[in-house]
Amino acid sequence: MAERLINNMKFSFDGRSVNEGFARSTVALFAAQADPSIGVISDIKTVVSEAVTNAIVHGYAGRENRAECPIYISCKLTESGKIIIKIKDKGKGISDIKTAMQPLFTTDEGGERSGMGFTVMESFTDKIKVLSKPNKGTTVVMEKRLKLR
Amino acid sequence: MEIKAEKNNEVTVAFVKGEIDHHNARIARERLDEIIATDTPICFGLDLSGVTFCDSSGLGLVMGRMRKCQTLGCNMVVKNPSDAATKILEIAGMDKILRIERGI
Ligand SMILES: Nc1ncnc2c1ncn2[C@@H]1O[C@H](COP(=O)(O)OP(=O)(O)OP(=O)(O)O)[C@@H](O)[C@H]1O
Ligand SMILES: [Mg+2]
Repeated sequence: MAERLINNMKFSFDGRSVNEGFARSTVALFAAQADPSIGVISDIKTVVSEAVTNAIVHGYAGRENRAECPIYISCKLTESGKIIIKIKDKGKGISDIKTAMQPLFTTDEGGERSGMGFTVMESFTDKIKVLSKPNKGTTVVMEKRLKLR
Repeated sequence: MEIKAEKNNEVTVAFVKGEIDHHNARIARERLDEIIATDTPICFGLDLSGVTFCDSSGLGLVMGRMRKCQTLGCNMVVKNPSDAATKILEIAGMDKILRIERGI
């Protein structure tokens, strides 16, 4: 059964790296309503940063016009004290999601990426779901308990 | 993000302060590589005590600098990682690959 929601918010922005800090701080502020610990807030900032960075770096790789690279975030708070964060891009998508989520897997050739983004998202949240279609885009949905019941 | 370096004979320590994400990592990478290239230390300390946020771009930054030091025959040591830096280094298992020193 779907859980009762007590709050909900949505925002979207250009896929520019300067917005990574803006996105994670905004979600953290929304989550702060449920009065989570500093550690939980810090985990939320990290996972939002991971998903947003992936959209910018991989989803919209090679795109010059960043005004046409939208990223959409929606967040819901449930009555039982969970946050559900959805981060979506309309970029190139992932053909093999299972492989992409393996620790150390990266398609980056610059040698400056560790391939640990999805592993970090998995370990810092309670649940993660990745939906993607080549040339359509990618959506990452993450759930995290903010407070003990 | 702010980076300062202190050189003492063959030892250089770089102090990274602020948030390490993909946006900041590029600037940090250029600055750190410039410090390593100019000082050519035998031991390079990367002090992460002032890091207030770190995601996997920070892991890439640290691993990249370690590889760079290795090719130059220089030893890299991570110094005093903050809670934010420690947590992500441990999740990635990098605490087992890197030399980490605390309280020195
Ligand atoms: N939004 C996305 N659109 C397209 N491809 C993606 C997206 N997110 C992830 N990927 C693919 O999945 C791979 C793994 O992502 P992950 O975040 O785990 O590592 P990374 O981004 O390569 O490195 P790191 O996050 O450690 O800097 C990426 O290299 C990329 O190929
Ligand atoms: Mg990533």
